[in-house]
Amino acid sequence: MSAVEANQATPRPAFDLKSTSFRREREPGWRRLEALLEKARTGGLAKLETRELLSLPILYRAALSSLSVARSISLDQNVVHYLEGLAGRAYLLVYGGRTNALAAMGNFLRFTLPGAVRKAGVYIALSAFILALGVIVGYVLTLGNADWYYSFVSDSMAAGRGPNAETESLREVLFRDGRDTKDRLSAFASFLFSNNARVGMLAFALGFAFGAPTVLLLLINGLTLGAFAALYVSRGLGYDFWGWLLIHGATELSAIVLCGAGGLMLGAAVVFPGDYTRLVNLGRVGRRAAVIVIGAVIMFFFAALLEGFGRQLILHTPTRYMVAAATMVGWLWYALRSGRQAR
Amino acid sequence: MNAKSTPAQAAQLAAIQNPPLMRSISTPEGVVLPVELGQRGERAVAFILDILIVFGTLLAIYFVLAITLISSRGSGGWLFSAIFLISFFIRSFYFAFFELRWQGTTPGKRAMGLRVVDRAGGPLRADAVLARNLMREIEVFLPLSLLLSAGGPGGGWGLLLTLVWMGIFVLMPLFNRDALRVGDMVAGTWVLVAPKAALLPDLSEAAPGGPSEESRYAFTKAQLRIYGIYELQTLENVLREDRVNTAELRAEVAKRIIARIGWPDEEPDIDRFLNDFYTALRGHLERKMLFGVRRRDKHDGS
Repeated sequence: MSAVEANQATPRPAFDLKSTSFRREREPGWRRLEALLEKARTGGLAKLETRELLSLPILYRAALSSLSVARSISLDQNVVHYLEGLAGRAYLLVYGGRTNALAAMGNFLRFTLPGAVRKAGVYIALSAFILALGVIVGYVLTLGNADWYYSFVSDSMAAGRGPNAETESLREVLFRDGRDTKDRLSAFASFLFSNNARVGMLAFALGFAFGAPTVLLLLINGLTLGAFAALYVSRGLGYDFWGWLLIHGATELSAIVLCGAGGLMLGAAVVFPGDYTRLVNLGRVGRRAAVIVIGAVIMFFFAALLEGFGRQLILHTPTRYMVAAATMVGWLWYALRSGRQAR
Repeated sequence: MNAKSTPAQAAQLAAIQNPPLMRSISTPEGVVLPVELGQRGERAVAFILDILIVFGTLLAIYFVLAITLISSRGSGGWLFSAIFLISFFIRSFYFAFFELRWQGTTPGKRAMGLRVVDRAGGPLRADAVLARNLMREIEVFLPLSLLLSAGGPGGGWGLLLTLVWMGIFVLMPLFNRDALRVGDMVAGTWVLVAPKAALLPDLSEAAPGGPSEESRYAFTKAQLRIYGIYELQTLENVLREDRVNTAELRAEVAKRIIARIGWPDEEPDIDRFLNDFYTALRGHLERKMLFGVRRRDKHDGS
């Protein structure tokens, strides 16, 4: 057929449009990729055989190249949309999560978690400082005037332990023997864990509101702790009290500090976005902070074990101090040393 | 809009011409792919489905445990620890577990055809999944427990403040363009419609009388020069449209084209006419594209 002159009616060409023959040539490859995607839809890459797995990136790149060609030569909207959808699905499969769960977990514990903790040093220090500030203020105020105790410790938490309680009953709480109620200790420990872990996650999540609720939560926790300490110290039970608290507290307070640090990171990311937009910065920082909080959840688990079992079964105060020191050294060593070696 | 077309037809045309909620991501190969954001309503339904699964599972587990407890008559210490641990893990990590295992979907999201994707176009990493689901603690579980405990501290005003505070977090997806919830902001993710598109037959080959049939209508170059790509693709959409009143729509479109290009024949076979015009126009515009001229629409000067 000759070239068409202007203003002369042209019958439908006997040959195909270029875009039609392009489609006819490439379509089998698209269909093969589509079949692979359908097969991997439920089980991911694990569903594919080796041969199919090897052909996936080739077919994916072929689909991308088809898309680029179609965009420049074809005006068939459906083909372009189809290729966009196909390339999109293949992209999600090729670049989606493809980690082996066990290897990912090992990697997380060895590198990701301690690395994130080390990078967040400033926030951890700040979080620890706020908590300590709460403890000191609560301690000093309550020691000066016992009435402050009621402002810092809620009735349900005090459970009868107050300035009016007798010293002997306070002492008895510190050395309650759990050996005859062993089977209930596991329930106690798991309750402590799920409860504390939830509060820790909350402290992190609340950081989104410019970090203010996180600071408050840390302060309040500190005040309560300080008021308790003051009560026991005023009865001459300070030495035993800190042993009772720190046997699990060395772990638990560290976990609280980590959650607080995560919350402060979120708050700082919103308030001081630096070179990024607020949204982008939040996305960058939030992931690192979440890693720290997951680490804290793991720590809460150990803390609950120590609180539920260790404290009820170990009644000797110097031993309690030793356990506390050992766990603290262990966590510090893990946070500072693990994953420093080359990957 | 033409004064002759009814409002219903106008709305239908507008719906065909404006796809909703489109965004784009760039693959590591440097090809930009258009993606569609998940509708807020669909996401809410997906979430409700997931939450029903969580609570249903928990209830079933409690039921089994209760039966065991009654039949064993022993001290239930281990049982209570099992309950605490199981509910904690299911409640806190259900979403994260599925989003990690199922490449960014959960049963609810899968039912609604939704998917979590990294906003920057990279792979969806585990830390992002964990971050977006940890935030559910303030988006869902905190408001829920406050509502169940019938109000927060401080009586009426306290309750009001609590509700406002929670509302900001819970309703965050309504307040931004990309329907991000707080968890998406923190994790740098967004929720997209899982792409799916069927490859339909080529219209230039799918004339109503069958692909082999010769075209019945022929057009002059002057007639083909009137429209651009935008009009061609709108016509494609109309031809692919398959609804109750397609015949009316096509008749309306054909009437307008006939008036615009000055078609001498008053009453052509509408389906054949539109299909032939589409094929001829596409051939004309694609040929021009090969020479580097992309005529966007009928107002484009080139």
